Amino acid sequence: MEDTLQTIRSIPLEHYILFCTALFVIGVAGVLIRRNAIIILMSVELMLNAVNLLLAAFSVHHGDPSGQVFVFFIMAVAAAEVAVGLAVIVMIYRNTGSVDINIMNKLKW
Amino acid sequence: MMLTQSLFYFLSFLAVFSALAVIIAKNPVHSVLYLVLTFFAITGHYILLNAQFLAIVNVIVYAGAIMVLFLFVLMLLNLNAETEPQKPVYIKFAGVISGGVLLLVLVGAMKTVALSEGAVTPVPDMGLVENLGKVLFNEFLLPFELASVLLLSAMVGAVLIGRKEA
Repeated sequence: MEDTLQTIRSIPLEHYILFCTALFVIGVAGVLIRRNAIIILMSVELMLNAVNLLLAAFSVHHGDPSGQVFVFFIMAVAAAEVAVGLAVIVMIYRNTGSVDINIMNKLKW
Repeated sequence: MMLTQSLFYFLSFLAVFSALAVIIAKNPVHSVLYLVLTFFAITGHYILLNAQFLAIVNVIVYAGAIMVLFLFVLMLLNLNAETEPQKPVYIKFAGVISGGVLLLVLVGAMKTVALSEGAVTPVPDMGLVENLGKVLFNEFLLPFELASVLLLSAMVGAVLIGRKEA
């Protein structure tokens, strides 16, 4: 019991904060840089994962299981969002022939 | 404890380099595969935190279901590196600079933060399925049921959107 506790407490919380911030910023840069709509959706998933890990780290640090339960709900929401987002992208590809976001700048095609 | 620390650094560098490869790779299929590698590294982090339920759910839901969905859509659209549109170099430069500035802002904001000490009686077995399940079904019962309604509505919406106009 103490060995597990020592293992999970051995990495200070600041390390997790920095690591998750780096992942989140890489996701933000991915949304800004890429033109492919699918890669942008994947960068959003990367951001969600960074936040998930930080929530889990804080929940372990404070001994509060609500953080990990919230991560569970975030994963459910992310799965729903990816399903609907990919359906939208497939329909856009069927109607316009490309997934390039630079040419999707009209409300009515 | 040294093993834990070196594991943490190894997994962190693996995750950060895979994430960078996700946004840099020209071929979208390579991006998807690097994202799967990133998710596995993050699962390793969950295991280090003894959040076992989240680690397994991460592998099954994220790396197993969501990334397979991405791969299916990529294969359906038949995208490869030659047909990949590229933004002009100065916009990529601006995107990277914006990301770097965001990182600086976040790091600067955290510099003056004093972290609280943590729990007085920490619970190391909190991440196990049974303990998390007790919390989930006692305090978070309503959000749990609403999550199932959310998944149902997402499924109906995805099928309706993706339907061929027959």
